[in-house]
Parts: sequence; C-alpha cells; structure tokens
Amino acid sequence: MDPKQFLSASRVIIVAGKGGVGKSTVAAALVLAARRLGMTAMLVETDGKPLLIDADTASGITARTITPADALSEYLDGRGMRRISRRLLSAGIVDVVAQASPGIDNLLVLGKIKQLERSGAADLIVVDGPAAGHAVTMLRTPRAMLDSVKVGPILEQAKDVLEMLNDETRCQVMLVTLPEPTPVNECIETAFSLEDEVGVRLTPVVVNQFDSAPTLDVPPTLDPDSPFVRAAAYRNMRTATHRRSCDDLAKRLPLPQLTLPRTVPPDVEHLTEALIESVRRLPETRSAT
Amino acid sequence: MSNRFDRLLRESNVIVCAGSGGVGKTTTSAALSVRAANIGLRVALVTIDPAKRLADALGMADGLTNEPTRIALDTAGNGELWAMMLDTRTTFDQLISRYSPNNEQAERIKSNLFYRNISGALSGTQEYMAAEKLYELHKDGRFDLVVVDTPPTRQALDFLSAPARLNRFIDHPLYRIVIAPTNVGLKAVNAMTQPVLKTIARVVGAQALEDALAFFRAFQGLDVGFHERAKEVDVVLHARTTRYIVITSAQPEPVNEATFFVDELTKQGVSAACLVVNRLQPHFPVPADTNNVPADDVPAGLAANLRALNDEADHEEIQIRVLSDRHRFVPIVRLAALPELVDPHHDTLTALGRLGSMLELPD
Repeated sequence: MDPKQFLSASRVIIVAGKGGVGKSTVAAALVLAARRLGMTAMLVETDGKPLLIDADTASGITARTITPADALSEYLDGRGMRRISRRLLSAGIVDVVAQASPGIDNLLVLGKIKQLERSGAADLIVVDGPAAGHAVTMLRTPRAMLDSVKVGPILEQAKDVLEMLNDETRCQVMLVTLPEPTPVNECIETAFSLEDEVGVRLTPVVVNQFDSAPTLDVPPTLDPDSPFVRAAAYRNMRTATHRRSCDDLAKRLPLPQLTLPRTVPPDVEHLTEALIESVRRLPETRSAT
Repeated sequence: MSNRFDRLLRESNVIVCAGSGGVGKTTTSAALSVRAANIGLRVALVTIDPAKRLADALGMADGLTNEPTRIALDTAGNGELWAMMLDTRTTFDQLISRYSPNNEQAERIKSNLFYRNISGALSGTQEYMAAEKLYELHKDGRFDLVVVDTPPTRQALDFLSAPARLNRFIDHPLYRIVIAPTNVGLKAVNAMTQPVLKTIARVVGAQALEDALAFFRAFQGLDVGFHERAKEVDVVLHARTTRYIVITSAQPEPVNEATFFVDELTKQGVSAACLVVNRLQPHFPVPADTNNVPADDVPAGLAANLRALNDEADHEEIQIRVLSDRHRFVPIVRLAALPELVDPHHDTLTALGRLGSMLELPD
C-alpha cells in the first residue's frame, strides 16, 4: 500500500497500547514518517510525559501536550470565563465538582483534539494516548456522556467527539503491542472493546520490537555450558516466542500487522524507515475488520 | 549473602512501589511481599491497579476482594502473605459509615448520585482511598508490613498529597459557601455564590451541580472526622518506616519515568529507598583465557549472536549508569528477567518466590 495514502486515510491517529510497548516511540515514528512523505504533522501527548521529538516548524512538525486541566481551562476561557476559571481551578472546586459527570476530563481532551482536527492544524495529528485500559475508558466517554447529560455545551461536545470517532475518514486508532503473550492478550481485548463499545476504526496493529533473527543451529559437538551455546538457546527461545505470539495475534485478531524491528536502544529514525517499509508491504485494499 | 534487603523489609511498616507501566511493577511488589513473608513477616499486599494483574500474578484471577485474603505459602517460618485489590467505592462507603453520626445520614450520602459518581470514578478519590486503605491495614494488628502497588501513571503519587488536598478543600471558603444551607438568608454569601455556581453549572450541567450540592450538604458534620483522619494518614505516609521503591526496566523511556518518580517523591517530602531495575537481559561472559576469540568449532552465527546479546546487555548498563549518575544516593537493585514468570508451565507463586530471593541491595 502507498504509505502516503495510508497516512492520509484519516487526519487523526490515536496510538494506544499497554505500558512499555513503545507507544510513544511509534507515535513519534508516525509523525516523522508523515514529514518524510511531505505532509505536515502534529504530535499530541496526553499523559504529561516529555515529548520524544522536537517541534520543527520549518519542516512542518509541531508537538504539544494536552492535559485535562489545560483542556478545561481552555474550555472555560473560550466561553468568556477566564477570570472565574482561574479562581475555581486554584480552589480545587472545579476538580471536585466536575467529577459530578465522571469522564468530563477525558471528554475535554478529546474535544480539544477534535478542535485541532476541524481547524486542520496539520495533515496528520498523532495522539500518544493513555495506556491501553485507560484508552478504552477515555474513548468510551463520549457515548456515556450522551446517556447521562441531557442538555448544554457538554452534550454538544460529546456529540461532536463521537461523530469524529465514528468516522473513519477523520479518526482511527492504532494499537501497539509487543510479540509476547501478555501484551498480545491485552491488545486483543482492547481491540474488541474499541470496536464494540466505541465503534472506532482500527488501523493495522503494530507489533513492535520483533526479533526476526532465524533459528540458530547449535552443533551437538559444542559444550552445552559454553556461553555461545547458552546465548544461542536464549536467542532461540526469544525468536520462537515472538513468532508464536504473532501467529496467535493473527489467528485471534483479524487485522493486518505492521512489524517493527527490535532496536537496542530504541531508534526512532530507524523505526520510521521500517514503518514506511512495513506499510508498503500491506495489501492495496485493507481487509474489512 | 548479605541481608541488606531483608533489613529494609524488617525496618519498614509500609512499602509503596511506584513506576511506569510495563516494567513489571506488580510482579515485583508481589515478589518482595513473598520475600517478606519468607523471612517471617506478616504481609498485606494491596494493588490499586484496575487491570487485575496482581490477581493473575498470584494465580487467583477472580478471588481478590477489598479485604485481604490469605494466600497459602510454602514457608517454614511464621510469615504470612495476604493480598487484596483496592475497591475504591467500598473503601469510601466504609469511611462514610464510620464517620456518619447515624445510619440515616450515611444512607443519604451513599444514595446521592454525585457521591456514587465520584466514589467509583474520580481519579483523586482512587488515590485518596489507596492511602486510606494503606492506613487501615497499617493500623491492623494482623500485619507487620503493608506493600502497596500503584497505578502505572504519573499521577500515581498523588495519593501522597491526597489527604492534604482533601483538607485544603474542606477548609476552603468556597466549600463553606457551597455547603451553606440556602435558607440561612446570608445575602452577601448568596450573591457571591451565584456566579461561581453558574459557571460550574455551565460546565457540568445543572442537574449534576444539584446532586453535588446535595452531597456536600449531606456531608456536613462528617468533614470533621475526615479532617482528623486525613491528618493521621498524612503522618503515616511521611513516617520514616514508610518506604518508597521506584521500579523500572533498563530502557530509556522507563528510566526517564523512574527519574520523574524519584524527583516527585523528593518534592512530596519523602525519598526513594531504592530503585529496582527489572527484567535485565542476561550477559554471557566469555572465559578470559580465550581472549574473546571463539574456538574454531564455534560457528560464526553463534559468535555473532553472543556479541549481539551482550551488546543489548551493555546498552542496559548505560541506562543503569544514567540512573546512578542522576540519583547518586539512591541504591540500585538489579533484577534479572525471569523466563519462568511468563511460562504457563511454571507455578507463578514459586517463580515470585525466586524473583523475591534475587532482590539484593548493593553493599
């Protein structure tokens, strides 16, 4: 598949995955891939972690953090409540009372992303989302809000966000996993929750840090205690686990896979290259999920 | 074998484990709990991680409740291992019942819609209830040591300031205004209240605000008890026998996060007792007499593989050095990856015991 077509399929890609699978690295690689293909791109971080890439406006890259507190104060400011919002926030009153409708913080963050999407802030907006379990909770929020809030700006916000999430030409979710049993199980669970409960379109799933080394042959004449033999046994165990986990994932989750190589230490430039290559190998028309 | 880690366990009443996701934090807290039980301590392990992973790690997928459950351990001494998963709402309910002057008021609060929303879902509530549970177990004579696993987010350490935040909130004049009965007729107060409430109502909706106000009014009288309790919890969180352990893997991103957690602890007025670097890859030392030149019968592929794996281990060493340079006074505990922990054919509790026995503080 043409990588540019792949990255232009929707303006927003939300990257999600269990902690430690390299979610932030993959999000950064997506942004760099977009730049390499001549698109402008924005990286949005939602957990307050430091950004992995620097903004570089000259080459069309922007990066920013959106926290619930920022989103809330921007929301209030945008409605002419700047002065009072400061006072409420510092008193902790909004913190507590806003929870009268749980999930309002999630909705405000998604609302801000939707606003960036609508204003065409970049050709591609990549969201480094919260860890898997929280990602489902976050993306489920707008629908839950529709059920509990009957009127007002929050209802409008929830409607608009849900519309974006349910439109695959505007927003898709990219799941990232490691080729190991526990992350694969969690990834499959997340995929089904997202499709069933949110109705958001999933891109092919990213299998990160895949060790593609071939199985090593160990001559029976070698001392089994030699470091070379022990190292080979260790490597063979790892590659076998990786292959088995990918097969398992393919069997249980009907999504194409984008495989990214294991790099020690993680190398975003190298992963960007690998990501583009991996997309090129995808079939032309994506299979329905 | 030095017993410095055992000493750390014996000298602590509470151990809090923090760290980013995917580094084996839950597994490590479970492993150190098994170790503590094996040296004769009566241990209560609390997880507030909603992913129920601790339950899996201990082989009891749906058997964990809000009260500690004894886990059968094959240990010779008097040690005991108890484990539980924090249920925020139940803990909050118990707290409400404890401080309500009568059942009627307790029920009025518990049936309030706002209360039901915050007691289960409010992020700050979870942290506060974790602190509350930790305090309750700490005061429980059945346990020598309480081990607490935290959620894998940057906000995990918020519970250190949760009691103080609650008190600030209760003390705040705006809270006083909000809970003031509307029929008192304090016109000045009401006039000031209106824009505040209107703003909130515009954000959350009028109905939600009505529920919230009803809650705060029903909450009246309880706040004194909460206030005192929060102070006591705060004392325990900052006590010398409460230790904080930051867990990480030797990858750049988690190492960054570990640094964040160590600094955050300092900001909150406590310090990290140690950093556990988990899941270290093996290093395969080649005997010195071969001068790193493999014997003729070793195929080139095997020699290259050994070099590649040792390179990976070397990169992990670099990350450990980043940590030790950055946090000179925090001892680093190295923990090798244990393949049997992810192998379904191995007994998890035995594997946890083995991992626990590998915990050692440097001299």
